Amino acid sequence: MATSHSKITSAEGRGIVVRGDEIDTDRIIPARFLKTITFDGLEHHLFEDDRKQLKERGQTHAVDRPEYQGAHVMFVASNFGCGSSREHAPQAIARWGINAIVGVSFAEIFAGNSTMIGLPLATATAQDIERLMAAVEADPTVPCRLDLVAKTATAGSVTVPVSMPDSLRSALMSGDWDATSLLVDRYDEVEKVAADLPYVSGWI
Amino acid sequence: MARTLFQKVWDAHTVRVLPNGQTQLYIGLHLVHEVTSPQAFAELRERGWPVRAPQRTFATIDHIVPTRAQARPFADAMAESMTEALERNCRDYGIKFFDLASGSQGIVHVIGPEMGLTQPGMTIACGDSHTSTHGAFGAIAFGIGTSQVRDVLASQCLALSPLKVRRIEVNGALRPGVYAKDVILTIIGRLGVNGGTGYAYEYAGEVFDRMTMDERMTVCNMSIEGGARVGYVNPDDTTIEFLRGRPYVPKGVAFDKAAAWWRGMASDPGAPYDDVIRLDGAEIAPTVTWGINPGQSVAVHAQLPRPDDSPSGDRAGLVEALDFMGFRAGQPIAGTKIDVAFIGSCTNGRLSDLREAAHVVAGHHVAKHVRALVVPGSQKVAIAAEKEGLDQIFRDAGFEWRGAGCSMCLAMNPDRLEGREVCASSSNRNFKGRQGSPTGRTLLMSPAMVAAAAISGEVVDIRSFPVAAPAAV
Repeated sequence: MATSHSKITSAEGRGIVVRGDEIDTDRIIPARFLKTITFDGLEHHLFEDDRKQLKERGQTHAVDRPEYQGAHVMFVASNFGCGSSREHAPQAIARWGINAIVGVSFAEIFAGNSTMIGLPLATATAQDIERLMAAVEADPTVPCRLDLVAKTATAGSVTVPVSMPDSLRSALMSGDWDATSLLVDRYDEVEKVAADLPYVSGWI
Repeated sequence: MARTLFQKVWDAHTVRVLPNGQTQLYIGLHLVHEVTSPQAFAELRERGWPVRAPQRTFATIDHIVPTRAQARPFADAMAESMTEALERNCRDYGIKFFDLASGSQGIVHVIGPEMGLTQPGMTIACGDSHTSTHGAFGAIAFGIGTSQVRDVLASQCLALSPLKVRRIEVNGALRPGVYAKDVILTIIGRLGVNGGTGYAYEYAGEVFDRMTMDERMTVCNMSIEGGARVGYVNPDDTTIEFLRGRPYVPKGVAFDKAAAWWRGMASDPGAPYDDVIRLDGAEIAPTVTWGINPGQSVAVHAQLPRPDDSPSGDRAGLVEALDFMGFRAGQPIAGTKIDVAFIGSCTNGRLSDLREAAHVVAGHHVAKHVRALVVPGSQKVAIAAEKEGLDQIFRDAGFEWRGAGCSMCLAMNPDRLEGREVCASSSNRNFKGRQGSPTGRTLLMSPAMVAAAAISGEVVDIRSFPVAAPAAV
């Protein structure tokens, strides 16, 4: 009964650069937009408060820049997605049109949540991320690509090696990134493990 | 072979290794709340899956619940519909719901331990990053996203990769005026906000051995602020005595059996660790965050960092934080004027936290320009505090006494900062916009320090604050 999802081996398109370390999930999607029972429309509030504050200073957030509209590959810095477990954060990013994020590092729960919705994340050294970001900023029209097979990220003429946890990479490549089908299979094995736990069996 | 608690719990709950190399891990307790579950239940319905273990699943409302006007329907239509969705989901799937009428409602990480649902040696999952709190009992507790909430509902399992284990030993004795909150803020300051990525933190040593369960929960709660998804303390007599007699804890002979199993789950002497860090408890000072992540903190008697004197990699972050906070490099943190004081949250909203704060405020009055509120972590905490007269001490001092909920920790309810207000807060996150105003500013500190700041109208050192004699409380 295991249903497979699409196999994700690469993501490509134009790039978008979101600079800054420690961009937390409250900044990606402020908590007030979690007052919903669906994920619909979250993309409209992506980075909402950061965007507004920059606008007030006469600056423009990456997400509002005309040259980045329609981008599919996002480049970020370190510990991106730190903070809460809200899946609304990767949901908002994916619904905005992003198919892959390449950064220096990601917070763990954010990384897990992203994989669960088929949004691949890859990391590269700070120097290599800087080269990718510089290439996109110099010419936002250059083609960008995350290649899961070759484990590389490309922005125009810059191609760098990237890392991904093997389990997440293979889950995306095999189409098993939505683990639920695997987990609900063979429930007899689950029951066997549960029965051996004294707190489940009732301390008999 | 000697094993850590993490390894023992992991091994006991492993169902199988999945084709992608992840482990299918059985989850012993699933806690559900209104914000991260509706989409998960919707998908369950869509796929026609049942909830596999409703008897191991418990729900409450905390994030969106108003702490003042709690009559239904809530004034906020969206809060009302989220509550109705959870009510319907619990009813349809046979899940126990600690709702407002139950007398047991509260912040999910306060009520789990309070009801005795949280027990040593368990795996626990909840769609909230502060699920690490439950590690205080020697459970392995994961904060998860909504798709994983769906997984646990549908299969009582998660697909996860094992974590490394870092033992953080704090020995010696804490000095007066230094609390569990200061210990964890100091650890995060030392190891960094992403230092724990890929790790479970095992908190050990004399300081944690002596801590109460409430204090251990404060520490484990903020593990995620240091990047560690899981944090735990090995179960001991303190753990076992805390659990004795609680509603969901076994009784009689079964309790003795349970206690023996719980003890056996503690890390073995000589267990291998991927990393060990040692700190001296006596060196920890009352700590206050000054910036926009929980790692940006200083001792209350110290000055803010100077970006020019900092490693180049940190400079941009420090400049951004100083700019957002409107603070000067090198300025002292003590004396910073505050507008709001918030005592509560899953970090510091338990009875002992309210006692500490009440002890500080007794005989004083909140500064004229300060809006101060106390939000108990659960209905049971509120009742116990009222029985001791703590609510009256707070009210007499000019604090508002509210109903249980997450309140101003994340402002998904009517409690929030306005404009550029500065809030002395006993919560866990000082991110930009966290407390509801996009430009609001948060200073994290212990409940006692929040209380002292509320009275003084500015950040003060609790060690020099004139606390009334204990008899006054």
